[in-house]
Amino acid sequence: MTDIRYLAPNTLDEAVSAFAAASGAASILAGGTDLLVQMRAGVRKPGTIIDIKKIPALTAIEDLGGGAFRIGAAVSGAVLAEHMGFAKAWPGVLEAINLIGSKQVQGRASPGGNLCNSSPAGDSVPAMVAAGAVVTIQGPNGKREVPVEAVPAGPGRTTLAPGEIVVSFTFPVRPKGASDAYLRMIPRTEMDIAVVGLGVNLTMEGGVVKAARVGLGAVAPTVLLVEGAAKALIGSRLEDAAVEAAAAACRAACKPIDDKRGTIAYRTKVAGVLLKRVVAIAAARAGGN
Amino acid sequence: MNDMSNKWIGARTIRPDGADKVTGRATYSADNTMPGMIWGKVLRSPHAHAVIRSIDTSKAEALPGVKAVVTAKDFVDFPIDKSVMLGIQDMRWMARNILAKEKALFHGHPVAAVAAISEEVAAEACKLIEVDYEVLPHVIEIEDAIKPDAPILHDWVRHEGKPSNIAGTMVLKAGDIEKGFAEADIVVERTFTTRPVHQGYIEPHACTVSHAADGRVTIWSSSQGQFMVRAMTSLLTGIPQSNIRAIPAEIGGGFGAKTIVYLEPVAVMLSKKSGRPVKIVMTRDEVQRATGPAPGSLMTVKIGAKKDGTLVAAQGTFYLQAGGLPGSPLRGPVGCSFAAYAIPNVLSTGYDVVSNRSKVAAYRAPGAPHGAFATESVLDEIAEKLGLDPLDMRVRNSAKPGDKAIYGATFGDVTFVETMDAIRKHPHYKAPLDKNPRPGVKRGRGVASGFWYNAGGESSVQVNITEDGNVVVTTGHPDVGGSRASIANVVAELMGIDHSRVNVIIGDTQTIGFSNLTGGSRVTFASAMVATASCEKVVGQLKERAAKIWKIDAEAVKWEDGMALPAGDNAGKFPPLSLKELAAKANEMGGPIGAQVQLNTTGADPGYATHCVDVEVDVDLGIIRVLRYTAAQDVGRALHPSYVEGQIQGGVVQGIGWALSEEYLYDKQGRVDNASFLDYRMPVCSDVPMIEAVVVEIPNSKHPQGVRGVGEAPIVPPLAAIANAVHDALGKRFYALPMSPPKVTARMDEA
Ligand SMILES: Cc1cc2nc3c(=O)[nH]c(=O)nc-3n(C[C@H](O)[C@H](O)[C@H](O)COP(=O)(O)OP(=O)(O)OC[C@H]3O[C@@H](n4cnc5c(N)ncnc54)[C@H](O)[C@@H]3O)c2cc1C
Repeated sequence: MTDIRYLAPNTLDEAVSAFAAASGAASILAGGTDLLVQMRAGVRKPGTIIDIKKIPALTAIEDLGGGAFRIGAAVSGAVLAEHMGFAKAWPGVLEAINLIGSKQVQGRASPGGNLCNSSPAGDSVPAMVAAGAVVTIQGPNGKREVPVEAVPAGPGRTTLAPGEIVVSFTFPVRPKGASDAYLRMIPRTEMDIAVVGLGVNLTMEGGVVKAARVGLGAVAPTVLLVEGAAKALIGSRLEDAAVEAAAAACRAACKPIDDKRGTIAYRTKVAGVLLKRVVAIAAARAGGN
Repeated sequence: MNDMSNKWIGARTIRPDGADKVTGRATYSADNTMPGMIWGKVLRSPHAHAVIRSIDTSKAEALPGVKAVVTAKDFVDFPIDKSVMLGIQDMRWMARNILAKEKALFHGHPVAAVAAISEEVAAEACKLIEVDYEVLPHVIEIEDAIKPDAPILHDWVRHEGKPSNIAGTMVLKAGDIEKGFAEADIVVERTFTTRPVHQGYIEPHACTVSHAADGRVTIWSSSQGQFMVRAMTSLLTGIPQSNIRAIPAEIGGGFGAKTIVYLEPVAVMLSKKSGRPVKIVMTRDEVQRATGPAPGSLMTVKIGAKKDGTLVAAQGTFYLQAGGLPGSPLRGPVGCSFAAYAIPNVLSTGYDVVSNRSKVAAYRAPGAPHGAFATESVLDEIAEKLGLDPLDMRVRNSAKPGDKAIYGATFGDVTFVETMDAIRKHPHYKAPLDKNPRPGVKRGRGVASGFWYNAGGESSVQVNITEDGNVVVTTGHPDVGGSRASIANVVAELMGIDHSRVNVIIGDTQTIGFSNLTGGSRVTFASAMVATASCEKVVGQLKERAAKIWKIDAEAVKWEDGMALPAGDNAGKFPPLSLKELAAKANEMGGPIGAQVQLNTTGADPGYATHCVDVEVDVDLGIIRVLRYTAAQDVGRALHPSYVEGQIQGGVVQGIGWALSEEYLYDKQGRVDNASFLDYRMPVCSDVPMIEAVVVEIPNSKHPQGVRGVGEAPIVPPLAAIANAVHDALGKRFYALPMSPPKVTARMDEA
């Protein structure tokens, strides 16, 4: 039996240097709801575990004003749910994060872990892509910022360089009339993995869509930003034809596989169905803002 | 109905195993440890079908920390040409299932096992075992396995004179079906498929075994029968039963699949070789890949009826998957599908089909849900075509007491009509249902019935009066569904004492007489019968003791409210003697008080259930949800109503999973692709509504308390009831299960 080293640094610099020094033999631990499961299944055998939950920036929720927020990558779903301001500004992102697992899992699971685990079916990712969130990354070569959709590289793979840690997500200022929503299709009512997940972020002005972003999950190797769907919605009053065009763009964007969780035909169809349902929810919420 | 004068029979007493279970003290099979104990691990076949040319274990044996390695060679040889049966299990197949011999027959088939100082070392050693495989083409599905050019699993299997994967046939007949169909005004014939489903017990298989230097073996494991564990282990290892003590652990679900062994004989031989106690615990992956499931099926059912709904002919052809070795439960669909209907002309045929999947195991009413799915769907279609109420049509055709069943028996007090009536008259069946509640949403209602044989069989019990005047009851059956609670109720009632003074425990193989499996819906029936006989003997002894003390005739003593009372002419002459007082005087008056009763019980009449379900379909996503479910069943008598309701609700929930979401998925290499609870989709709590159990109690006249048996019938109707409800909602019939979202949308998109 090989022993596993466990580190819980208090600063980001320590974490980054320990992570870089281990050169591939270390794993970052946020909530551990992916990592520990993978270790138990024998698919990952880290020599060192670096727990990032003791680092203040990783568990902070900062209200930047005007609906803008910065949340630490390791904030758990349960903690985020208790933040009233965040729920008001970003209900879609919050519902996506809160869909992860069960009550028990929510106590630990984080959006950073969800993104870095890089499952195409991760629930929070399409919502954060739709939100236009920016990821702050710290590594041995310093700090950089990228959009959420730039992080996943394929199932289980990210574009993070060796030694890099995701620090936080920054959500932009919310104009009046803006809101978002997320839905996923799962065969069961809970404790299941998304067959398709879809997030929509809308800004409405006098019934007209001024801005829109659509994030689509579980239908391709990575979560997609569907620009064609956004284009179909922007400038419309969400007339049937516009929404149908956006749904068609979502279906066209799908590059799914036939697997145990869904067929190509089914996933493609569902992407369009969800687009319509999510747009309706986001628009209703935006109307109230 | 429960007699109102009963104090304990029919009462919802606190379950005897409850406190231990909710506080985490209950000892399940993986919870036992022993000094010096080492860990076993099973090496499993990476191929779906392969000849095992040779196995070289030398490198594994040389690994530091490894204490023993076993292969099929270390076990009793069961040649193919000589069947050795234990109950319904053939040891030729059991031996080859616990460890592959000539061939690996499915991905995950055990090939060898290692015992080492830790699970990690054992797993490492498994990797060092060199197995020389000759990989063969594999076949998974029935449709493929019965094709003329299919890869043949066993060269000794012949069907109609040719090499085949059809390893067995069962036929039941009545009348003349040709003539019957000729007389029919309407004939409906449909072909159905169902997928294999796992029993889904939460507790994985596990055992701890000690083979001591003197040759005596102790086994701690959970199963549906410690005597089955002892007998199979004895047969497979050659160790006499008298030297094997099988101690039943608390069981975390079995549903039929723990009526056979997987690990115990392997652990015994590892322990024998190593001289150390050995523990083996399966992972969920191993459980899903290599234990259970219930078979998948391919079935054609043809039924002919007169215009008024009278059924005149029925034909069923049922192909069931056996897995890699023969033995699917053909008597389920072949015998049960038409049993409850008085149809003059029937031909029911079953085929046992081997293919490269794990060997099937019993699952609640084995094979009956399959057949009911086909038959009860066709009946629904006939009723629809004839414009009849589906339950009225079933009632019209129902078999009656005294009718001869297709499987040979003559029905006793069967209550098919009363059970159907319980639903016909239930508010659910008459409640209005808005079939188009919202755009994109459809609702429908369906009904179906289901039949199961039920059983009696061997049971032993010992009732002892403790020195302080309380009662200890030892039974020989693992308690899977509440048998301890039910027996405690019966004994408290018969002894006339407070329920808290009765403690029911489960004996091990060397402390109580032979008791057959907890299965077949038989344990409450059988053990209440022997417990009653035992209590009667004990009460007789108590009356004799009182008579001796009072110096009167034993016949002149009666037993009431836990006390002996002088009766007849002597009434009132002596103060009553309580159980406590008699126990205190036991030794001076003739010795300890207690009685053992062992019987092969008979008189179990069939179980019957009728279900009504409302479903809602999200048409665009193809998601079907169950909104309301009412399940009626004649249980004879509910000794402990909460457990009876629990059995009915549990059966229904498993049926919902079977109908809507559960299935085995295989990849191109013939490997199970969803061997986890994430991707093998059993319903979770929020997927099912509260299931209303309508407990019909028409006492079985052949049982002292009127018990009929409960556990299996409730899983028989749901598949068809749900399919019929989906048809009502969508106007389309589903002939293949599960009705999972991709299949529902594909069907809706069809022209
Ligand atoms: C029972 C159960 C149910 C689940 N249900 C869902 C579900 O419904 N939807 C869903 O999307 N997921 C689900 N998951 C998966 C998992 O819970 C989520 O992916 C979760 O968001 C992971 O977060 P975590 O903090 O636990 O990650 P961890 O397990 O700690 O980490 C996940 C991965 O990311 C890396 N990592 C974590 N944080 C960082 C960081 N800041 N920088 C760099 N790398 C990092 C880790 O090294 C690891 O590889 C479920 C898991 C379980 C066990």
